[in-house]
Parts: sequence; C-alpha cells; structure tokens
Amino acid sequence: MTALVEVNNLFKVFGGVNAVEGVSFAVDAGQVYSVIGPNGAGKTTLFNLITGLYTPTGGDVKLNGESIAKLEPSRLAERGMCRTFQQMQICMNMTAIENVMLGRHLTLKSNLLTTLFRLPALTRGEQAAHAKSAELMAFVGCGEYINAEASAMPYGALKRLEIARALAAEPKIILLDEPAAGLNAVETTALEALIRKIAEQGITVMLVEHDMKLVMNISDRLLVLNYGRVLAEGSPEQIRANPDVIAAYLGG
Amino acid sequence: MIAKLFEFRLKGLVFLALVVFALPLFISNPFHYSLATQIALIAGAVVGLNLLVGFAGQISLGHAGFFGLGAYFSAIMTGHYDWSAVPALIVGAIGVGIIAWVVGRPILRLKGHYLSMATLAVGFIIAIILNNEREMTGGPDGMPVPAFDVFGWELSPFGQYSLFGLDISGDLAWYLFAGVVLLVAVWLAQNLIDSPIGRALRSVHGSEVAASVVGVNTTKYKSLVFVISAVYASVMGALYAHFQGFITPAVAGFEFSILLITMVVLGGMGSTIGVIIGAVVLELLPQVLADFQEFEMMLFGLILMLTMIFMPKGLLPTAANVLAKRRAKSAGADA
Repeated sequence: MTALVEVNNLFKVFGGVNAVEGVSFAVDAGQVYSVIGPNGAGKTTLFNLITGLYTPTGGDVKLNGESIAKLEPSRLAERGMCRTFQQMQICMNMTAIENVMLGRHLTLKSNLLTTLFRLPALTRGEQAAHAKSAELMAFVGCGEYINAEASAMPYGALKRLEIARALAAEPKIILLDEPAAGLNAVETTALEALIRKIAEQGITVMLVEHDMKLVMNISDRLLVLNYGRVLAEGSPEQIRANPDVIAAYLGG
Repeated sequence: MIAKLFEFRLKGLVFLALVVFALPLFISNPFHYSLATQIALIAGAVVGLNLLVGFAGQISLGHAGFFGLGAYFSAIMTGHYDWSAVPALIVGAIGVGIIAWVVGRPILRLKGHYLSMATLAVGFIIAIILNNEREMTGGPDGMPVPAFDVFGWELSPFGQYSLFGLDISGDLAWYLFAGVVLLVAVWLAQNLIDSPIGRALRSVHGSEVAASVVGVNTTKYKSLVFVISAVYASVMGALYAHFQGFITPAVAGFEFSILLITMVVLGGMGSTIGVIIGAVVLELLPQVLADFQEFEMMLFGLILMLTMIFMPKGLLPTAANVLAKRRAKSAGADA
C-alpha cells in the first residue's frame, strides 16, 4: 500500500538558510499525523511546501503517488487536500456561513450563464451548499454564528469556522496549523474531540501543534523537526522516550 | 409585507426601479432628462467597475479606456462603415472583453500600487491611440456619432415617439431606455454577486490564500471580473456615444477614469446601489458648482481623500450603519 502523503528528501532554502533540510516521511490514510518541534524548526514551512504555497528548492511531495510539489494550492484542493492557517485566513468581508460556503466552491459547478440569469440550477446548488455549510458549522461547534458577519465573531469561533471551511471542500486530508494556539483549556479539550470526530470520518489529519498534551493524546504518529531537519519519527510512546527529543526540548 | 421587502435579495433593484420610473413625474426640462440619461449610463459603467474594485478588491485606474474603446468602436462602425448600432455595440463589447482578457492576464498578477500603475498605463495607451488615429477618430477634435438604432428604428434625443398610446419626447425616451439598461446592469451584477462566482470574487478580496486553498483559481477569477467590468464599460460607452452624438478622446481619459473610481469609493465599495448614488452625486456636483469649474479635479481629489478618511465604507454603507445604530439605540431606550 502506498502512503497518502509521501515526502522525499524535501529542501527549502530562504536566502542561504535551510528552512527545511532533507525531510522525508510518509503519512498513511486515516492517520492523525503531527509535526512538532521548537519555534523556527520549519513546521509551518513544511506545511506550506506540502500545500503548494511554497515551491520546494529540492525533493518531492507525493499525494496518492502523484507528485504535487509544483502545483498551485487550488489544484491541490481539487485532489482532496485542504488546510487551515496559524495566522487565520478568514474573509472578513463576508458572513460566517459564506466563508464555509466558499469551501463548497469545487463542488458547485457554475457557469456564467446560469449565474447572470440566476437559473434554477444555481439556486438549487446554493440552497444545498447553504444547508451543508450550516451542518458543518454545527459539527465544528460554531452553529450559533450562522447569521453572523465573520468580522463580528470571537477568535475561538473563527478558528472553528476555518476548520468548517476546509471540511466543506470534502478533503481526503486536512492540514491544521496550530489549531489550539490562543485557545483556553476548555476550548482545547473541545478541539481535541473535534479532531477525533474528523479522523473518525476517515479524513487523514496532519497537525502542527505546540500543545504537547493534545498532540500526545490524539496522534497516531509524530514527526519531530529541529532546525529544519528530522530529529525523530514514530509513535507517541517512542517520541516520549527519545533522548534526542528530550534534549532538543529541554535544551539538555 | 414591508419587513419582507427589506429582507428581499433585490430590494436595492426595486428601490432603484421606483426612482427611475418616478423621476419623469418631477422633471420635464430636456436638459434635466439629458443629465439624468448621462448619469444612468455612467452609473452603469460604475456598477461594472464596482464588481472589480468593490467586490474583488482589484483597482483599475484606467477604466475610462474601456469606456472610450466601446464608445469609439460604435462611433466608427456606425459612422464610417454604416453598421447598425446594436451589432456594433455587441461586437465592440466582445472585442473589448478580449482586449481586457489579454491585458488582464499579465497585469492582474500585480498587487496594490503596481496594479494601479499598470491599469493607469493601459488607460493612457488607449487615450493616446484615440488621440492619434485622426483618420478614424478625428483625433483630439472628436467625431460625430449617428443616432442609436434598433432594426431600422432610430432613437434620437430630438425625435418624437409614442409608447402605449402616449406621446413621449426623444429626451424622455432616451432617459427611459438608459434607465432600463441601468436596471438590467444592476440586476446582472447582483445575480453575479449572489452566486458561487460572486463568493469566489469576494474571497479574492477577503483572503486570496484562503480562496486558493479551497480550490478557487484566483488568477482566473481576477481575469474574469476584469473582463466583465470592461464589458460593462464598453457597452455603456457605446450607448453614451450614441446618446451624446459627438465624442472626444476625453471619454477615455485619465480624468474620467479617476471620476469613475471616485464614484465607487464615495458611494461605497461593494454596494451596488451605493456606487450609483456616488455617480449621481459626482455628476450633479459640477452642475451645482458651475462657477468653480477650474477646481473640479481638485474637488474630486478632496472628496476622494475625505471619503477615505472619514467614511472608508462610502456614503450608503455608512448611512445604513448609522441608521441601524440609531434604531438599536431607540429600541434599547424603549425597553
């Protein structure tokens, strides 16, 4: 069986600095796979490389056995990959549910003619997208904001809204970049439950996260980065016992 | 019933239709009709520009160029080649759409000031060509444009027509025609905005990264809206040329481009009815301030600056906001 995501000897150089240096790993379908490491280890850079926001300096990324290293982010969404951001990317000029409906973009086949004359096919598609998006907002736990403007929503709810938008695209794999950052303990617990629910639906989850308790609880496998290199890879138990990881984190 | 109307998706269009059709009850002077017709046609172009600027967040400082191209294409084809006005308008709109697509592909990769500069240059190039192709365009002196005609039936501001047994003057006929064109323009624009395509356009404004990771091909949508807004400008330019009966390269000029963008900003970026109000205000202003004509550009500049500083959302959205707050306050006082 080939892995869902396969990263091979990946490099990214920023003006002479190796942000990501020879990273290789594989994520199987259905896993919760976390990437951890100290600040500046290259975790977000790695996510940006996988999701097409950056083009790798060297190496390759494969999704379902197909190389995706040079594809635009919008092409990756077509192939079932979606993500959220550490610096939230919400369209503040739209309502909450419109942000989620944006995630339905690829499933809504619309042409200019049906749009300009608002033919029945368009209204039907829009109603279905609205219903599905409302359902997803309830699923991630921000259902009470259905009619709210995105700009009027609290931070925690926006983080969930971003996950709902990614799920609306019906991805095979979702990449969450620090979903727990800025959340309080209660919200983090709820987030953990949400990630489990997403994984139960058969969606592969990749996670960059600093909250060790959360990561150790829900991950099937972990990748530890330090200075852009792989420090360790393995199950939570293996990582916990790895002396290199302990040294990197405790500065020993 | 009234509350339901306020929820209606096209309430702005209904309101606009009321205004358009009620206006002839209050004016009868040919000069006023002429002014109202001119405003309606320019407002149509502004509605198109707003799709690009207000909704998709891409600036164009050369939009008069497309307006001018549409105007001159119609003028030349009907004037020099005896085309009928409708095919000239349609072929012109398609041609301008293609030009906008070809020009838009490379320049829409630019962002912010760089995009402004590129669109500015496009506008200048078009104006320079219109100024220099004397044989075709009459150069800076301008050229006459034949009356608008549909299947051999001519619409001229100086004609006399009868509609449903009513005698109407050419001025009124042109005004009603321009009003209906504006209503159609608004209806199409509103349909575009309330759709997946419209959502994709607004997401380009809101967060291009977010749009791209859910599968929106942002380059494609930017080009699309650039073409649509150029086609709007071209159609309105062609009608404007036929209505005026005489055009000069000023219709494609820099000052007119700035005027168009000022209308969008003043009225309210992203508010279809708002930008029409912007067009009305900025077209009427010179009439009121006829004595200060030399200062017109300065005044527009000042209006643009003050709007950006004190009501960046524009006239209509700001007014709506103030009203909503007042209503909330008085509701709070009642409780």
